[in-house]
Amino acid sequence: MTGGNAYLSPSGQEIVFVLVGLVVLGGAVLCVTSRQLVHAALWLVVALGGLAVQYLLLTAEFVAWVQVLIYLGSVVVLLLFGLMLTKAPIGPSPDADSRNRPVAFVVALAAAATLVTLVVDAFRTAWIDLDTPHGESGPIGSSLFRVWVLPFEALSVLLLAALIGAIVVSRKRDGES
Amino acid sequence: MHLVYPAVLSALLFCTGLYGVLARRNAILLLMSVELMLAAVSLNLVAFDVWLRDEVHSGQVFTLFLIALAAAEIGIGLAIVLLVYRQRGTSAVDRLTELRERDGEEAADDDRERDGDRERDDAGNGNREENTVT
Repeated sequence: MTGGNAYLSPSGQEIVFVLVGLVVLGGAVLCVTSRQLVHAALWLVVALGGLAVQYLLLTAEFVAWVQVLIYLGSVVVLLLFGLMLTKAPIGPSPDADSRNRPVAFVVALAAAATLVTLVVDAFRTAWIDLDTPHGESGPIGSSLFRVWVLPFEALSVLLLAALIGAIVVSRKRDGES
Repeated sequence: MHLVYPAVLSALLFCTGLYGVLARRNAILLLMSVELMLAAVSLNLVAFDVWLRDEVHSGQVFTLFLIALAAAEIGIGLAIVLLVYRQRGTSAVDRLTELRERDGEEAADDDRERDGDRERDDAGNGNREENTVT
């Protein structure tokens, strides 16, 4: 991948990536600033769905579909259930943000400036070759069940433990004060 | 594609999540911000895996693990938030100051607030008993 790569002549994939990236960032910013709690959860859907499109652009199609299934399908639904069960107000709630908002803004801005400067400086000459896909289901599955099978099994035990833990924590006990 | 595009997007997404974690008051909004940060890390893992052409797909497999871990985290986190809400009647993280070291003046305020919470708790217990009877 030398020659033909330039900042001033972006490829079609890069243009699409930047446009979808703006959507993702906008969704994320609205998610953390929206005063309406349910709207914040729906903006999270926009951000995570856009991220799935980014995975597709990076030719990681299996991860993209898993992202759509798990994040958009279950995590956001769980969050919405949580909002409903804690009686979240439907209208705008003025106390969604705490008093240390300016400090948080300054910290986030400083972190963003540092990280972006560092990343741009470090990977100025790195190019991703997207012509040959690297992330179809077949190769991912074979490496998952050949090389990573032990962590995979450990993760299934962890999921079981999380399931039991969630049941135990949210169970109604007798004689609870 | 230039590697800088996904790397910068992931850095900005992470910082958005960082802002959310620091600025939000509702525990569930806090969990959403944590999800944003995890998603930013996943994007980084995928981008670097595709860049390095890893033979065993470590980055993408780690992303799959990360998604499963995020699901487990959100399950446990929501269970804890719901338990706290049932017992305290609030899901604002800065109201949970039971373990804080307190000054004299603030202590009086907090005692007053806690009395209010206890009354609400009693009401909640009453409802719960009715439910168990039926």
